[in-house]
Amino acid sequence: MSDVPFGAHSRRKSKYTPRKAANDGARTSAMIASLDAEGRETIAAPFGEALCELAKTREDIVGLSADLSKYTDMHVFANAYPDRFYQMGMAEQVMISAAAGLAREGFTPFATTYAVFASRRAYDFIAMAIAEENLPVKICCALPGLTTGYGPSHQATEDIAIFRGMPNLTIVDPCDAVETAQATHAIADHPGPVYMRLLRGKVPDVLGRYGYRFKLGKAQTIRDGRDVLFISSGFMTMRVLDAAEKLAADGVDCAVLHVPTIKPLDVDTIAAEAAKSGRLVVTAENHTVIGGLGEAVAGALMRAGVHVPFRQIGLPDEFLDAGALPTLHHQYGLSVEAVMASIKSWL
Amino acid sequence: MVRQSGSNVSLAQRAWAIRRNALLMGEVQGQGYIGQALGAADLLAVTHFHAMTYRPEEPEWEGRDRFYLSIGHYAIALYAAMIEAGILPEDEIATYGMDDSRMPMSGMASYTPGMEITGGSLGHGLGIAVGAAMGLKRKGNPAFVYNMLSDGELGEGSTWEAVMSAVQWKLDNLIAVVDFNNQQADGPTREALARTPEAAKWEAFGWHAQEVDGNDLDALVAAFDTARRHEGARPRVIICNTKMCKGIPFLEEREITHFIRVEPDEWQKALAILDEEKPQ
Repeated sequence: MSDVPFGAHSRRKSKYTPRKAANDGARTSAMIASLDAEGRETIAAPFGEALCELAKTREDIVGLSADLSKYTDMHVFANAYPDRFYQMGMAEQVMISAAAGLAREGFTPFATTYAVFASRRAYDFIAMAIAEENLPVKICCALPGLTTGYGPSHQATEDIAIFRGMPNLTIVDPCDAVETAQATHAIADHPGPVYMRLLRGKVPDVLGRYGYRFKLGKAQTIRDGRDVLFISSGFMTMRVLDAAEKLAADGVDCAVLHVPTIKPLDVDTIAAEAAKSGRLVVTAENHTVIGGLGEAVAGALMRAGVHVPFRQIGLPDEFLDAGALPTLHHQYGLSVEAVMASIKSWL
Repeated sequence: MVRQSGSNVSLAQRAWAIRRNALLMGEVQGQGYIGQALGAADLLAVTHFHAMTYRPEEPEWEGRDRFYLSIGHYAIALYAAMIEAGILPEDEIATYGMDDSRMPMSGMASYTPGMEITGGSLGHGLGIAVGAAMGLKRKGNPAFVYNMLSDGELGEGSTWEAVMSAVQWKLDNLIAVVDFNNQQADGPTREALARTPEAAKWEAFGWHAQEVDGNDLDALVAAFDTARRHEGARPRVIICNTKMCKGIPFLEEREITHFIRVEPDEWQKALAILDEEKPQ
């Protein structure tokens, strides 16, 4: 029995205590925060532009949004193809159901909202109207994991945990702008339903210089190393690549295996990489440590009989604070500096 | 054959056959949503043998009117109608609800020819119908989408998202059919969530709404004709007030519940009553 009285459960302090931000980046808790690192190249609206490119040759592509087209880069498609875009209003359940109906009639719908609303509010509709019948609806959602400082109402820290249990659903978590564009084409060609996490707005361009190209369902080694094997997805791959470069200066040699398809997981590649002896295996994800990439990898390695030292970088099992995104990434262990500190503490 | 209405079998005979098929399926399992099936037999006779265009031998024919059954538990009623229509073979009646049957207790698209959607999780069908109606318009296909939903299903908020969306997109190719038997799992629907006004609520949202006696074939025919021929650029709803167990008096008089109790010897008794009432 807790001795905390009723009404005293607030996790917030009543008194303002100033905190120093992790870097000099944005200090706002505004909805749309940038993932830019200083000096990094970015590409604007890679998802929306890729969808327009696809639509040139694919008459079956249609777009839907639940009052968030401007904030999911769907507006780029809506402007280019107004007669192929359905503004469904603030009604995620009917947006998802209607996407299912359009798919039944032969179309390939791309439906966008925020990840919290797709996963928490529209789950039953995605499960029964789309996944159970294996319809080719592509649900593409902005603000995955911790990509806004707005607070728990908009931080989809458990979206992958929610969706991993859904049969037939493919889950994609791209790292950067070019991968987002490539993945948009790849999921359009996939015959079944897909949930894709979107980075929107000005999205960093990272993987191109590694000669990387997205393949649906494939994990790929971006960088090799002897001491640590990072297994990462989403924007955490750019964070661990930055950390790997800095750790190299300290004599720590890190490999990075990028796993943009969370489900189905590329178990063969992951098990083969992890089985290479002598490396600490560290998963890194923009998601709670419960039910995401980390636990998926851990389970896969156990089943494959690969027993290696294993650590997880990810968000804690908490409703997260509001604040500036760089501050929060540092606070919750996702910043480059926090990743480096974790690795040094584990080696 | 495109439509059944050209045949000389009356709608009363169709409704009778639907009730008979449903009772035979109910007897197979010793249970089933027989109360709903008997209550909805008349409106299914009108949808499948008067209002809708389809090819029994080609359930996925592109020109067909789509029939979306939200209420998965009414599958027994729809199977009964589809058997009468020749979409499903009569000799599969004995498999209803059995292992490996194409006719599971709850209607699912992947199991059954002619079952368009997977129902069961209520509040989904009308939204899917909205998308299908949009898709048909995109293709220039003049078919209608029918969505059969229940009064209890109107408690789901998602139904009302779909109601608004259908108006927004001027879906004059969408016809919602509400089986209003005032019975949901825990008791009378009207005692669960505020229902009134019924037709006026749909009208206020912008639908063309009609309310009819759902066990009166002539009234149903008139309502479906009106719904199909209405020229307004808006969706249509027909609220069908039906009586659970309609046609079998001793069941009609039983305490009505969502899942009606039928003793093993009563199935044959009910069939005997039905056989005596066979319309000529």
